[in-house]
Amino acid sequence: MTPHATYVLRLADTNLVLAQRLGEWVGHAPALEEDLGLANVALDLLGQARLLLAHAGDLEGRSRDEDALAYLREESEFLNLTLVEQPNGDFGRTIVRQFLFDAWQSALLEALAASSDPKLAAIAAKAAKESRYHLRYSSGWLIRLGDGTPESRARVTDALVRLWPFTGELFDADDVDRSAAAVGIGPAPDALAAAWNTTVDRVLAEATLTRPAPAGFGWHGKQGRHSEHLGYLLAEMQSLHRAHPGATW
Amino acid sequence: MTDDKLDWPLYEIFIRARSGLDHKHVGSLHATDARMAIEHARDLYTRRQEGVSIWAVRSSEIVASDPGEADALFEPARDKIYRHPTFYDIPDEVKTL
Repeated sequence: MTPHATYVLRLADTNLVLAQRLGEWVGHAPALEEDLGLANVALDLLGQARLLLAHAGDLEGRSRDEDALAYLREESEFLNLTLVEQPNGDFGRTIVRQFLFDAWQSALLEALAASSDPKLAAIAAKAAKESRYHLRYSSGWLIRLGDGTPESRARVTDALVRLWPFTGELFDADDVDRSAAAVGIGPAPDALAAAWNTTVDRVLAEATLTRPAPAGFGWHGKQGRHSEHLGYLLAEMQSLHRAHPGATW
Repeated sequence: MTDDKLDWPLYEIFIRARSGLDHKHVGSLHATDARMAIEHARDLYTRRQEGVSIWAVRSSEIVASDPGEADALFEPARDKIYRHPTFYDIPDEVKTL
């Protein structure tokens, strides 16, 4: 696969896996209103993932459509960021994961809207509006929970410490990233750090939360080396299609 | 879900379908604060492009007339047909009356 196709597939997988995680909340959220709120974010991300998967399939040129890419690849072939495969935990941990992601994705999509790949630029321009809303939603909740009761504060503080190590991968460049950046397909990962830091620091300050210390990381989900959680997620997501290929309803 | 345990206040939601129209009451929802009320209203009531503007009002802030007083409040208007502007000729050019 070319670096170009790999780059797009990473974006697609990251969206797809996070959409699947958020979908796990349906029927279980703390309130009916939040059930719909989380499902709306999941559906936005899934819609973006479908466009990106189809585009990656075209770039790959092996006639794999979005279903083949979503349902018929193994764990090590998935190239999502390790952050988004982390389990939902409680509502607070889901919000922290979402916030850390949204702050990154909104900066990324803004940069991708100027991509030298016109298809990717068009997808990003459409998705950027959705991402801005997601960031509004997750940062609103993080502020409420961080600056909330001792219980809510303790839970999001714990979540922040647990998830922080996975944010290192967001800004870590490998050959695929460097080659995409060289021809203007996507921004260099570390070019997004300034915008991400500004958003994170602003919201953490309002939530009266402390930014965790920088941490090393040993996961490289975007290279197919995942934490132990992705396999279970894929088993659930793919089982229906594998048992009944092409099933529709 | 544990909706029954929620002590979040209730908000009444009004949506403006498009510019120039009035905000119309569409329903109610629970939210902890005004910002969340707008976000929930967006997710619940505008997901099929129903609107371009949202108002959210705490239900407890709404002052309602007493149904027991309906006769005193509304009956007297029934036989005052002259209050309806039906005795004017409307020019054809006026479309939106």
